[in-house]
Amino acid sequence: MPHLLFYLFAAFAVFGAFGVIINRNPVSSAFSLIACFVSIAALFIGMNAYFIGTIQVLVYTGAIMVLFLFIIMLLDLRAEERRPINLGSALAGLVVGLTFLAMAGAVLVRFPEGGRGMPDLASPSGSDVHELGRVIFTDFNFPLQIIAVLLVSATVGVVVLCKKELH
Amino acid sequence: MVTLNEYLFLSALLFAIGLTGVMVRSNVIVIFMCLELMLSAANLSLVAFSRFGAIDGVPIYSAQVLVFFIVTVAAAEVAVGLAIIVAMYRAKRSTDVGDMVTMKN
Amino acid sequence: MIDLAWFLLLLPLGSAVLGGLFLRRWGALVGLISVVSVFATLGISVQLLRSLPAAPEPVTWIDVPGLKLQFGLILDRLSVGMMFVVTLVGALVHFFSLGYMADDDARGRYFAGLSLFMFSMTGIVLADNFAMMFIFWELVGVSSYILIGHYFLKDSAAEASKKAFLTNRIGDFGFMVGILMVWGLTGTIAFGPLEEAVKGLDPGARGFLTAAALLVFCGAVGKSAQLPLHVWLPDAMEGPTPVSALIHAATMVAAGVYMLVRSEVLIALSDAGQVIAWIGGITAAFAALVAVQQDDIKRVLAYSTLSQLGYMVMAVGLHAFDEAMFHLYTHAFFKALLFLGAGAVIHACHHEQDIWRMGGLAQRMTVTFATFALAGTAALIAVPGTSGFASKEAILEAAYQHNHTLFWIAAAVAFLTPFYMTRLVVVAFLGKGRSEDAGHAHEVGLGMLIPLVILAVLAWTSHLPFVAKPLMAQIPHHDGGHGHGEHASPVGMISLVALIVGVLSGTLLYWNKERDPLRIPLLRHKFWIDEIYTVIVKGCQDLTGHVLYAIDQLILGGALVTGGAKLVSSFGSLFRRVQSGSLQTYGFVMGAGVLVLLAVILMGN
Repeated sequence: MPHLLFYLFAAFAVFGAFGVIINRNPVSSAFSLIACFVSIAALFIGMNAYFIGTIQVLVYTGAIMVLFLFIIMLLDLRAEERRPINLGSALAGLVVGLTFLAMAGAVLVRFPEGGRGMPDLASPSGSDVHELGRVIFTDFNFPLQIIAVLLVSATVGVVVLCKKELH
Repeated sequence: MVTLNEYLFLSALLFAIGLTGVMVRSNVIVIFMCLELMLSAANLSLVAFSRFGAIDGVPIYSAQVLVFFIVTVAAAEVAVGLAIIVAMYRAKRSTDVGDMVTMKN
Repeated sequence: MIDLAWFLLLLPLGSAVLGGLFLRRWGALVGLISVVSVFATLGISVQLLRSLPAAPEPVTWIDVPGLKLQFGLILDRLSVGMMFVVTLVGALVHFFSLGYMADDDARGRYFAGLSLFMFSMTGIVLADNFAMMFIFWELVGVSSYILIGHYFLKDSAAEASKKAFLTNRIGDFGFMVGILMVWGLTGTIAFGPLEEAVKGLDPGARGFLTAAALLVFCGAVGKSAQLPLHVWLPDAMEGPTPVSALIHAATMVAAGVYMLVRSEVLIALSDAGQVIAWIGGITAAFAALVAVQQDDIKRVLAYSTLSQLGYMVMAVGLHAFDEAMFHLYTHAFFKALLFLGAGAVIHACHHEQDIWRMGGLAQRMTVTFATFALAGTAALIAVPGTSGFASKEAILEAAYQHNHTLFWIAAAVAFLTPFYMTRLVVVAFLGKGRSEDAGHAHEVGLGMLIPLVILAVLAWTSHLPFVAKPLMAQIPHHDGGHGHGEHASPVGMISLVALIVGVLSGTLLYWNKERDPLRIPLLRHKFWIDEIYTVIVKGCQDLTGHVLYAIDQLILGGALVTGGAKLVSSFGSLFRRVQSGSLQTYGFVMGAGVLVLLAVILMGN
């Protein structure tokens, strides 16, 4: 994908991420996150991962973030009052983040394969759903079944957790 | 030509931002959202590897399968997690992390 | 076939076991068994004395490389002679006890104790090595404890028996260290090989030999009640009088002297003699001085024993070993006589022991008086012609030849002895009765008189050759007035003068007196030594107690226990803060932890 588009969407993603952690209003945070996710989906599509990109939009933004917004509205959260910022924890968080970034940078600098450009695809605009589906249902069948069980148990768990006490 | 390193650095950056958010914010829902951000950053690096490691013009699909699973698990996790948060809100009438501590001292 | 000599040990042991463990309830029976056993041993001793057979095979106890301990018997003239004296005096005392203890309910225990004592004493005399002697040494201490504490319901008796045992123990500790030193120096503790071994020692080891000899002497200091471990003997008079006669006059206390004579070679070939002689001399003088002011008839005799033991020890120190043994034998006879006589007097006066509450007993108890005054006292104060005279002269002679200072000390004692004995006889027997009991006294029964008479005869004759020859290879004799040419020894003159002055001054001072004209608190209270010891011992104990308490409270309790607990709890408080409950803290810690891990991994590469 052209360099420019990459940087564009990367910038959107980063700004969205910053928006999440900076906004006082949780709804604003949620919307920033949606913007971030959509940018990431764009990046996915730019890498010819069409299925994944679609999933990112459908599930992540369409379901997960919608759920977040529902809960925020349910709990009727307002913007946080200006609490005195706990300098200690803010500093700690900043330090950890920057340290991680520095370490990641140090690793990447030494990464020999890092300078590679995208190799060409055999069928760049073809659908990858078939291939992906084939791999899932053959090589990764077992994890798939387990994921199914996981979803069922999660559903049951949610129902149980949200039950009101019966008097 | 976009290099692999650029994607990876972007992923690291998003991850770091998410990590910082977890530690700095005190609203539990926002903390949760930062967690999702971290997961997405991981997804990004996976897809990057999948694409850049293409062999004979075929991407490494197992990485994309992993992304698929991660997304599924993230969904389940969010569902359960938010249910818990709702339950806690009912008990404590607040979404601040500091108010949820029940340990003495 | 068991050798005859072993029966000397087995008979009293059997009697003690039977009497002490099984038949204690029938006192008279135990007494009979005890008397029979001791007379039997007397018979055996006489037989052995006549034939002096070879020693029987020793019984091996421990036999490992580097250590071989045996129980064996040594049957030379010294041991068999001593055996004879011990069994003879023992037999007479047993016989006397039948009468004296006739109305005592604990007769069984008493006679069993006496038999145990005979067994232990025999063991000491016949032992052929230091280890065996030490074992029986301790046993004799046990028997003494049992017998002194016979009237244990009386507090003073119980205290006295403990005091005896503990004081002896102190001496025995030195003894034990001495034995170990001897073993280390010579490689042997059997008396037979010891002589050769010591003679073969390197002259440079003389210092060690002296030290070993002095440590071994510690045992004699304890057992024979020399200064400073003499304190138990006067208190031991709390026991029944026949016990005092047998154990604390004639035999057990003499065991120390016997042991020293056995270890003759250690003393003769080292420099320990000086110390030993001086301790003996000072003890003799000290005891004689204290005896002058004692009012209890048994105490006077006890201090007299101390004094005579001092003589014997002094003789040993001056390397006059034969003289010491000679005096030991004669002293055994006349001191036993004196104690038994005192026992008769006490019995007759209904257990009155204060001489100032006696008096006029000469007419009422003629035989007792005769034996006491004319035989026992005469021998003790060394009237010429008695056995006591012969043996004491021998010692004075030896002192004169080796050490003039000690001789004059001994001569002073030779003056004090007749003085306090005359005091005793005059006050207790002569004059008028000073109390009810003395007025009603009557002569004791035949059972008690016979031993007195026999001992009286011995007091006059035991120095004569036909009695003494079998006991001693060579009877030490003094040159008396007829010099052998070189110089006429003034010893005889001086001792005679001391005797006469002592008797005269005693008679003059004490004839017909109602109470003691002399009052010397220092002597009356035994130089306050008991009180000094009490303060020292109590002081040490309290100090130790305080120190230990401090250690326990501060160090063990405070530092270790409480400190340990506080340390643990402080660490706990410290680490408790990790569990803050704050989500963000947890998050931070987790994040930091991951970073650290990553760093470690990256560094590794």
